[in-house]
Amino acid sequence: MAEATHQLGQALETGESPNRRAWLRFRDNRPAVVASVFLLGLIVLALAWPLISSRGDLHSEAQFAAPSGGSWFGTDVHGRDLFGRVLAGARISLIVGLVGALVSLVIGVLWGATAGLLGGRWDNAMMRTVDVLYSLPSIIFVIVIITTLEGVLQGWLESWLGGGSGETARMLLLYAGLGAVSWLTMARIVRGQVLALRERQFVEAARSLGLGTWAILWRHILPNVVGVVIVYLTLTLPAVILYESFLSYLGLGIQPPRASLGSLIAEGAAQINPVRIYWWMIVYPAGCLAALLMALNFLGDGLRDVFDPKADKDR
Amino acid sequence: MLVPLVLVISFLAFCLVRVAPGGPFDKERAPASPDIERNLKAKYHLDEPMWQQYLRFVGVGFEKRDGEWRAFEGGLVRGDFGPSLKYRNHSVNDIIAQGLPVSLSLGMLSFCFALGVGIPLGVWTAIRRGRWQDHVGSFFSILAVCIPAFVMGPVLIVLLGIRWPVFPVGLWGGPWHVILPAITLGTYFAGKVSRLTREGMSQALQSDFITTARAKGVSETAIVLRHALREGLLPVVTYSGPLLADLLVGSFVVENLFQIPGIGVFLVNSSINRDYTMVVGLVILYSVMLLTLNLAVDAVYGLLDKRVKYG
Repeated sequence: MAEATHQLGQALETGESPNRRAWLRFRDNRPAVVASVFLLGLIVLALAWPLISSRGDLHSEAQFAAPSGGSWFGTDVHGRDLFGRVLAGARISLIVGLVGALVSLVIGVLWGATAGLLGGRWDNAMMRTVDVLYSLPSIIFVIVIITTLEGVLQGWLESWLGGGSGETARMLLLYAGLGAVSWLTMARIVRGQVLALRERQFVEAARSLGLGTWAILWRHILPNVVGVVIVYLTLTLPAVILYESFLSYLGLGIQPPRASLGSLIAEGAAQINPVRIYWWMIVYPAGCLAALLMALNFLGDGLRDVFDPKADKDR
Repeated sequence: MLVPLVLVISFLAFCLVRVAPGGPFDKERAPASPDIERNLKAKYHLDEPMWQQYLRFVGVGFEKRDGEWRAFEGGLVRGDFGPSLKYRNHSVNDIIAQGLPVSLSLGMLSFCFALGVGIPLGVWTAIRRGRWQDHVGSFFSILAVCIPAFVMGPVLIVLLGIRWPVFPVGLWGGPWHVILPAITLGTYFAGKVSRLTREGMSQALQSDFITTARAKGVSETAIVLRHALREGLLPVVTYSGPLLADLLVGSFVVENLFQIPGIGVFLVNSSINRDYTMVVGLVILYSVMLLTLNLAVDAVYGLLDKRVKYG
């Protein structure tokens, strides 16, 4: 701690960049650092496991085998190694979360920045729309959209690409649906930032130099909201992952034989009976999901402390 | 504001379910002959053009009945969601009337659980900010946010229902049946409430009027309970509207897990079965609940914070 303060002092003396100072402050936050190491490890493992593992998803005779040296997390109803399944599930959950969060990022930033920049009547109309959407039961709409539009989209994909599978349609709908319901907070935050930035002198200077609205937005305003956007992206990610596993748990998300953490938990919950408890089928996927979400939350909190100037006060 | 919104929502939901391929009578046991299907469709007016069906659903308009032009019977304007297409001989209103009280009581109990656990934990961590109590408490509240109901439920069932049979694991009967589902549903929200309370309280405790109160020698208990809590709880109040709605909506996992006869189960099933009227009815029901709750929250907000002005 003392050393870190010393380094911070040094950084201030030598006039190091705000980014460097932010990095130092982030390094001070132990939960966030542990969380990012864990996340990196999980991502690397999830991506590399299919290459490392010799057995892959092969079915074995040992149905419902308890965790042992051979299969660390035990096996599932079809005798598949649960460790590999959990990693595959984590991979899919991360991908869906990431793409969903990116969709929400694009919609939210564009919407918020446009509203903030145009101001006046446009701003009013766009933000009232956000208010209205806030007051709708979003997850219900996602459920209805997924169940109803899946067939339509599947038909389109088949007619366009020749052989689009139902799985692609489902994944696309998941991305779009989850992204489409998670952009509201992002839009509000970005709009607030843009409203504040709009009045700053460097924007006025750019305007007096004759730059157009979109050039100002792209070159001067968006680079300044990147920090806040990254923070909320990190906090949107666990929310989207949670939504996805919730849908997969209901059987509306990822379909077998592919696994997501939610569908693995559903498979485990389906095996609950009073005679014999296959605890590993719930505990490991659930533990992985909880750890993943916690790591993302800690990382998001850490990043917020770094990028939010108000955080200085508490330290 | 409420009425036009509900109309827009009903229109969206109505169009959405109709766009989907497949119909409510596709999965009948015997392959229906074209005649039967035509009769069924005619009975539920599915053979009419879309705009006419929607007007009939809303209940505004006229039709030719017994050779005379008469106004539609029933419809949304008269509080009637129409007949269910899948559960024959039951109207959507019947099904809602049976399931809603169950879902509501489960939601209310979880709401009490979430606030009862979340607020004290949040206040405690805010008072002890930066010390070990804060770290432990905050860890648990983040942990709670990361454990969704569909994880909490099976774990509780296995531990407290099967391994050590303290509570019954399913169905809906006496007060003992309510406890596990309420905890399952409420844990996530307890964590969220606690984090909100901590944030609001720590901000309130740093503000000038608290310093003034301290300088005047007000006891720490009175500062926390009488002065800081009033301001520190504002974020929780804002959140409690969507929270209650989420509890009523999110309950379908819990209802499914514990075999509780609420309405949540119907939403998923009926949107898969293309039970048009049921889906639209439930979507409208949830939206109206959420909208009313948000209005109620605004009203409470004004009571707590006199600076809030409307208009």
